[in-house]
Amino acid sequence: MNRAATEWSGKAMQERLRRRYASERRFRRIGFAAIALSLGFLLFLLITMAVNGLGGFMETRVRIDVDFPRSDLFLDPAALQGPGAATALAGADIEGAVAAAAQSQYGPLGPALISDAAWLRVREAIAKEPSLPGRKATFWLPISSALDAAADGEGPPELKQAAQRLASAGALQRGFNLRFLASSDATDPAAVGIWGAFKGSLLTMLVTIVIAFPIGVLSAVYLEEYAPRNRWTTIIEVSINNLAAVPSIIFGLLGLAVFLNFMHMPRSAPIVGGLTLALMTMPVIVIAARNALTAVPPSVREAALGIGASQVQMVFHHVLPLALPGILTGTIIGMARALGETAPLLMIGMRAFIATPPGGINEPATVLPVQIFLWSDEVNRGFVEKTSAAILVLLAFLMAMNGLAIYLRNKFEQRW
Amino acid sequence: MPSFHGWYVALWAVLPALAVFVIWQMVSPMLVTEAVLQSPAAAALPADPMARNAVLEEARALATGELAGAFNPLSNSIAPAFAAAIGRYAMLGSLLALIVAFAGGAFGLLRIRPDLRARTKVERLVMAVLLIASLIAILTTAGIVLSLLFETLRFFSYVSPSEFLFGLQWSPQTAIRADQAGSSGAFGAIPLFWGTIFIGAIIAMLVAVPLGLMSAIYLTQYAHRRARQWLKPMLEILAGIPTVVYGYFAALTVAPAVRDFGVSLGIPSSSESALAAGLVMGVMIIPFVSSMADDSLAAVPQSMRDGSLAVGATPSETIRRVLVPAALPGIVGGVLLAVSRAIGETMIVVMAAGLAANLTANPFASVTTVTAQIVGLLTGDQEFDSPKTLAAFALGLTLFAITFLLNVIALQVVRRYREAYE
Amino acid sequence: MMTAKENMSIDRAAPCDDLDDVKFRVRGVSVYYGDKKAVDDVSLDIRTEFVTAFIGPSGCGKSTFLRTLNRMNDTIPGARVEGRIELDGEDIYSSSMDVVQLRARVGMVFQKPNPFPKSIYENVAYGPRIHGLARDKTALDEIVERSLQRAGLWQEVKDRLNESGTALSGGQQQRLCIARAIAVDPEVILMDEPASALDPIATARIEELIHELRGRYAIVIVTHNMQQAARVSQRTAFFHLGELVEYGETSDIFTRPKVPRTQDYITGRYG
Repeated sequence: MNRAATEWSGKAMQERLRRRYASERRFRRIGFAAIALSLGFLLFLLITMAVNGLGGFMETRVRIDVDFPRSDLFLDPAALQGPGAATALAGADIEGAVAAAAQSQYGPLGPALISDAAWLRVREAIAKEPSLPGRKATFWLPISSALDAAADGEGPPELKQAAQRLASAGALQRGFNLRFLASSDATDPAAVGIWGAFKGSLLTMLVTIVIAFPIGVLSAVYLEEYAPRNRWTTIIEVSINNLAAVPSIIFGLLGLAVFLNFMHMPRSAPIVGGLTLALMTMPVIVIAARNALTAVPPSVREAALGIGASQVQMVFHHVLPLALPGILTGTIIGMARALGETAPLLMIGMRAFIATPPGGINEPATVLPVQIFLWSDEVNRGFVEKTSAAILVLLAFLMAMNGLAIYLRNKFEQRW
Repeated sequence: MPSFHGWYVALWAVLPALAVFVIWQMVSPMLVTEAVLQSPAAAALPADPMARNAVLEEARALATGELAGAFNPLSNSIAPAFAAAIGRYAMLGSLLALIVAFAGGAFGLLRIRPDLRARTKVERLVMAVLLIASLIAILTTAGIVLSLLFETLRFFSYVSPSEFLFGLQWSPQTAIRADQAGSSGAFGAIPLFWGTIFIGAIIAMLVAVPLGLMSAIYLTQYAHRRARQWLKPMLEILAGIPTVVYGYFAALTVAPAVRDFGVSLGIPSSSESALAAGLVMGVMIIPFVSSMADDSLAAVPQSMRDGSLAVGATPSETIRRVLVPAALPGIVGGVLLAVSRAIGETMIVVMAAGLAANLTANPFASVTTVTAQIVGLLTGDQEFDSPKTLAAFALGLTLFAITFLLNVIALQVVRRYREAYE
Repeated sequence: MMTAKENMSIDRAAPCDDLDDVKFRVRGVSVYYGDKKAVDDVSLDIRTEFVTAFIGPSGCGKSTFLRTLNRMNDTIPGARVEGRIELDGEDIYSSSMDVVQLRARVGMVFQKPNPFPKSIYENVAYGPRIHGLARDKTALDEIVERSLQRAGLWQEVKDRLNESGTALSGGQQQRLCIARAIAVDPEVILMDEPASALDPIATARIEELIHELRGRYAIVIVTHNMQQAARVSQRTAFFHLGELVEYGETSDIFTRPKVPRTQDYITGRYG
């Protein structure tokens, strides 16, 4: 042997080995820590939202006794049952009566204790029970955000005292505020709800999928089944792959320039939002559909052609049904991404104050992520829990969509 | 085959009519506006284009029933003209579509003969439809480039390209009226480019690359198969959370904490900071890095790992000296794609980093990015010819170009890497 | 190139610096993949002065057994080894045996050449670097040159050491892998079908190399090519369905096997 045999058991070797193993352990721990840290961030974010947001689904109510016959409210129970009921109800100054009742019960601070929209509950109650204005009644009405803040220790001293007094007198009640899911935007955070924005989201998603799905699937079918391998096909493919990676705000600019400026479509309407998002979602659907179509083995196509089917019949009757689960999965994931998009819709103007849900795809609307964005800008502290609650609703919906996609994938996944 | 013949006639009837309908929808608003401007009531319209458009819009809204009452009494007088014009043109359009439908159907019917190869014709039509659907992708890309380019060129008629690309001062105020004082309007975008790079390419990457790469290494080399099955999708969740949620979290929780931390260190800190936005953006980007790194590491042939272990290397030595270098092109491609994503991100920076153009290296200070400025410039009063709104398009074009370039380079890198292992 | 006959006649006369005792003593070794038993109760001795060949039809466990000798089965999740394997008298599966050092002492060459995507120099220098076997660059250069010479590759690559190892031909890559294994100064070299992915000329070169390396390193070669086993080895073990059917001198195995199953395999009754 020309070389001294390696002293494997020598001291230097052992020392080196020890260091190498220590380094190995450190490396492994760093890897684990990286995952733990990443998932820790996720958990921290979700918990923060949950903690802040659960309060948004609750409300505190204060007891207001209204003595209808003694109040200034002039409402004939008979009129409330006839055909003119709605007009009669609309014409009555219920808001004033409620404010007066609050004042007589709790003093000059009274009206400041209840939310601006609290009187609407009284109106609803009267509509349900037309005999109500004939007697005394007790209502539990949502408190104002100022009182809410005072109960947490922030605000002018008289409100804080009032909060303490009410609490100890048992005049406050905490309960679920499911109206949050049914109302729309408002100035008083106690009265806001997400339904207006949610309906806007639904309408926008509808437009998006009606446009993006057919175009996306048909493009994929063309590229996979028909297209010859020439320069045009390559250009189309490159376009699609690049579009899938373009920042979403660029699509917003496109929508602004083409749909609003050039084609004069109605600003802030779901049709424009849907078109813009469709342009953004279409490449995602094309890519997913292409993958699904590629996964169908050639033997299926050959068999279909072998029994005399035409190209069209082969694709639409044989290949497409088999690829459909994969296509649907990819589409749902693409739509989930579109649901959460904010920037492009800001560009086309969907940032208006929408106090009533949109009636159709041509009316001004907003979407849930934009609503979250608008509320996040509000100074009123009461909006923090409402914004977080809206985020929880959005996340829940996204989770449902992704869950559905995963379920579809697992259920229909075929291994060829 | 009779069904194909039926399809044949149906298509001849429906498609031309549909085309007429679509074209009419796009063209009629302009025709209606033209007709209204001819009407006598229109003589009272103000000459200023912005005011005139406002009145016209209001009148249109009144006519279609969207608006119950109008601010401007002029709108009330014009609204009837609108309603009449809209009604007239709607009827005209429907009539036209109907005539075309009948003509088309008749034409198709006349052509039916025993030797008509309906199936072939229908199939060819289907193929044409498919081709058109695919062309929409090219159309969209072309649309993006052209519309951005068009507005950018208009922008450059107000502000020179060199001032835009190389100017150091960004304060996009423009005069509403020609005689308004204090309309400086500097459009140098360097502070924006810097802010974008600082937040997206530096701070966010400092978070995402180590965490993403080490996560991928742990998942591919050390984790049990069962653990990997769960942990990998959980990391992907980070990418699925809407950016507005991240932005809100950044503004609500991270930014105050960062500010307090900066203050405790004695560094001038603002309540909206580059660090807050960058940290949260980095967390969002982790799955982009880890996913590509994971795929690249998994693509390295097992024989390479065996060869290193067989010579007496520990797993970490194998990873560091053999696997990561072998997977490097794929990893780098993933990082580039992640940078591209970070640069194009909007909501996190709008909500947590602010709109103050600031050329600073202090991470606790407030900086702004290209995307945040696009949002800022296009909200508020919209006068579509002012350099302020056109600047947004110029910024958009720049953003599109940079992300496009990054994506192309990244895909090239990844493709060359894949070829090496096929 | 040696013929089987020439090989078998000179094995007793092969000179060697140290005539080791038994290098590997294997007793009652079984290997399980999960619940499936891949190797069943194998016992044999491997000596330094001989090239030992494992033959048998594909899937009979010879590669799996080979991998127990340098604990490469440890890298496969779910693999379990029972029994005792001693290297120079030391149980290699005991907790006091360091696996990293074991693998340096027992080198391995794989069926498909797997050089790292690094330069030729770096490929060979990889092992010495990790184990810290060279004091300085000069020493490392020496190790690299010597290893490449012993692998019969030096003349072909000495002017292009910085070129990528993957740019070499298949046969050269395999010799590079052999050089890589030699560079850490092993006592044993395990070869798992080293020539099966190579053309006949490269194969012949490898067989020549094995003959040159014999005696300096204990060589164990797994091969599905009986003629190759007859050409290069002095001891042959025949495996079938995870069992060691027969083990003895190569000449005996091929001319007068004791077990009928061996006879059937040799005469080509089954592949």
